[in-house]
Amino acid sequence: MKILATYNIKGGVGKTATAVNLAYLAARNGYRVLLWDLDPQAAATFLFRVRPRVKGGGKGLIQGTRSLDAAIKGTDYDHLDLLPADFTYRNLDLLLDAARKPARKLGRLLGPLRSEYDVVFLDCPPSFSLLSESVLHAADTLLVPLIPTTLSVRTLDQLTEFIAGFDGQRPVILAFFSMIDRRKRLHKEIAEQLPGQRSDVAATAIPALSLIEQMSVRRAPVTAFAPRSSAARSYAQLWAEARARAGLS
Amino acid sequence: MRNALREFVLDGSGMPESDDYLVALGTRLRWQGDGRARTVRRAWLDTFDWRLYRAGLTLELTSARGAAELTLTGRDGAVVAAQPAGAAGSRPRWPALLAALPVGPLRERLAPVVGARALLPVARAGSTLHELRVLNSDDKTVARVTVDRMCLSYPARAALPPRLTVTALRGYQAQADRLADILAAARGVTDGASGALEAALAAAGRQPGDYTGKISIRLDPRSPAVTAVAAVLEQLLGTMEANVGGVVRDIDSEFLHDLRIAVRRTRSALKLAGDVLPDGLASRFRPEFKWLGDLTTPTRDLDVYLMGYDAMAAGLVAATPAELAPFHDYLARQRAAEHRQLARGLRSSRFSRLTSEWREALGSAAASRKTRPAAAQLAARRIRRAHRRVLDDGGAITATSAPESMHELRKRCKELRYLLEIFGSLYDPGEHWQAVRELKSLQDCLGEFQDTEVQRGEIRAFAAQMMDERTAPVSTLLAMGEIAAGLAERQRQARSEFAGRFRDFASPASQHRIRAMTEAAAS
Repeated sequence: MKILATYNIKGGVGKTATAVNLAYLAARNGYRVLLWDLDPQAAATFLFRVRPRVKGGGKGLIQGTRSLDAAIKGTDYDHLDLLPADFTYRNLDLLLDAARKPARKLGRLLGPLRSEYDVVFLDCPPSFSLLSESVLHAADTLLVPLIPTTLSVRTLDQLTEFIAGFDGQRPVILAFFSMIDRRKRLHKEIAEQLPGQRSDVAATAIPALSLIEQMSVRRAPVTAFAPRSSAARSYAQLWAEARARAGLS
Repeated sequence: MRNALREFVLDGSGMPESDDYLVALGTRLRWQGDGRARTVRRAWLDTFDWRLYRAGLTLELTSARGAAELTLTGRDGAVVAAQPAGAAGSRPRWPALLAALPVGPLRERLAPVVGARALLPVARAGSTLHELRVLNSDDKTVARVTVDRMCLSYPARAALPPRLTVTALRGYQAQADRLADILAAARGVTDGASGALEAALAAAGRQPGDYTGKISIRLDPRSPAVTAVAAVLEQLLGTMEANVGGVVRDIDSEFLHDLRIAVRRTRSALKLAGDVLPDGLASRFRPEFKWLGDLTTPTRDLDVYLMGYDAMAAGLVAATPAELAPFHDYLARQRAAEHRQLARGLRSSRFSRLTSEWREALGSAAASRKTRPAAAQLAARRIRRAHRRVLDDGGAITATSAPESMHELRKRCKELRYLLEIFGSLYDPGEHWQAVRELKSLQDCLGEFQDTEVQRGEIRAFAAQMMDERTAPVSTLLAMGEIAAGLAERQRQARSEFAGRFRDFASPASQHRIRAMTEAAAS
């Protein structure tokens, strides 16, 4: 089982759209996929038309009184399941703080699902917290969407430095440019130059397209409702890069 | 991922050809279909003796658009294992032994159940599938409903009533159960829990598990012995005929095994109880069944060698398995030649005349008006006589007795065993099982002694023949020598165990069991 997490300290950079589309594409490839929506805003849960409710809430899952297994919902797509968000996830930091070895907690919770899923996507809320630290420890691969600005590149460097300080397993980082506006010169320049200069930045960039925004109206991955669109093609290219980086056959 | 299936059968009359099945059933659910039908070819696979069915498993091969998938399900319809049936061009051709399947969890799960038997199609069909999604108020799919219109092509041609399968999405079991309850109560819908395979076979007038190599006929203790013996013999003839095709096509080694057992049981019945049949019948047919038994022996002997070959090679200490390999090639060549002879014999007019004349003779025997003795009386007399002979012959064996005396005792034990099997249905199942178990323990010991004796002689003969043919390097002959030495050790071990096994068999409790069991049925 490979764990891939979409992570960025900033909100609105395309984390959920990436997690939802890549999870769908992985399931289409025949992998058994679970997406865990860790964001109390429940955007991924909404996109899959699942109700954002987990019996026992975040507390039940973190304290182990409820199993992850019982909270999982099948999506409308074969091989793709969802562990929904719940509004109580806003307290996950506090719950983790009270747990033993909080940074390793998510990895331990996912352990029993090892035989059931080939790929797990973790869709994280935008923050830098105990929860995100636990995600960074659990993940094999970090997918980091970047808005093409100098500041966001600096944030990536900070993240890389933070992970380098981990004991034991460290996730592989694959950053990629997201919400590219081709009309902006700076966007274009950074998105074209940086992948050639840094191995941790994907060659694929996800453009800012209204079709991607349509996902919240259609409540489905763009790769499912418009599989031949340029948006879907971009996600397919990104998935090919992420899949290779994650070591999935 | 989907789970928990419930199946229903629809009354096919008046069902629309579109996706409106649920509306036609009068349910008020929100549903959506993609309007397109999928067609798949399906085959259900099992061994000839239904080992998967008896183990509560169903193996289905589905093919659509060039891809083929094998799916193994349990009694509750849940998938136990699934895997692609191999790349196009390298897929197994059915019937196939397990080794022809791609390596994977499905093959691993099948191995202990299937053993040496081949998997063969027990039914083939084409299905047109319509898939509908049942939605909640968020337009989220909570269950899938598949309408399956199936046309059977094997073992007979037949169109089946549409089948409807409800599959819950994970986390939405309650909604799927509600839907299934609505469907179960709808007009024109019946429960289809017995599964598609059973429905397909029923349409062809068959049922799973309809073959067994065991004697399954139930005898009436008071019926005339002649009728009972004829009925058992007729079933044994059916077993022989059922296996001939598989032997000739060489599908797997167990067809020949079952055929041989049926022949041996027939010969024993003729020898030990044939006198109740009308005049001359037993003596007329005994030489023909001896011919048939002898015809099957060389191939079976070589099968036994080949099946035990890997264990034999793995047990070598001084020699290496590679050095023994020419022996395997030799056995395989001999077996191929012997099998050709066997197939010729089974296709001969002598064999077809034997079966047709035997069936006719049994028909006239069953119509005999002879009412005495009754089946249970005959069985009691013959079983007790055979039992007494085993006790006498076994009691006379000492540590210095010749191997021939052990061989003779083994024959007596076989006679008793076949009598117990032929008349088994007359007795209390628990007592009968115990009696057979005690006898079998003695038989296993005698069998090991005799088989190792014979195999040692045969290995010497094989080695001589291989030398004549110049197909055996010295290293192979030495490896065969090591195997012969191992057989001698096994034989010595069997001999040392004999006294203890016989003592158990001849114990007062065991003797009482045979007496009481046979008397109870005959009284």
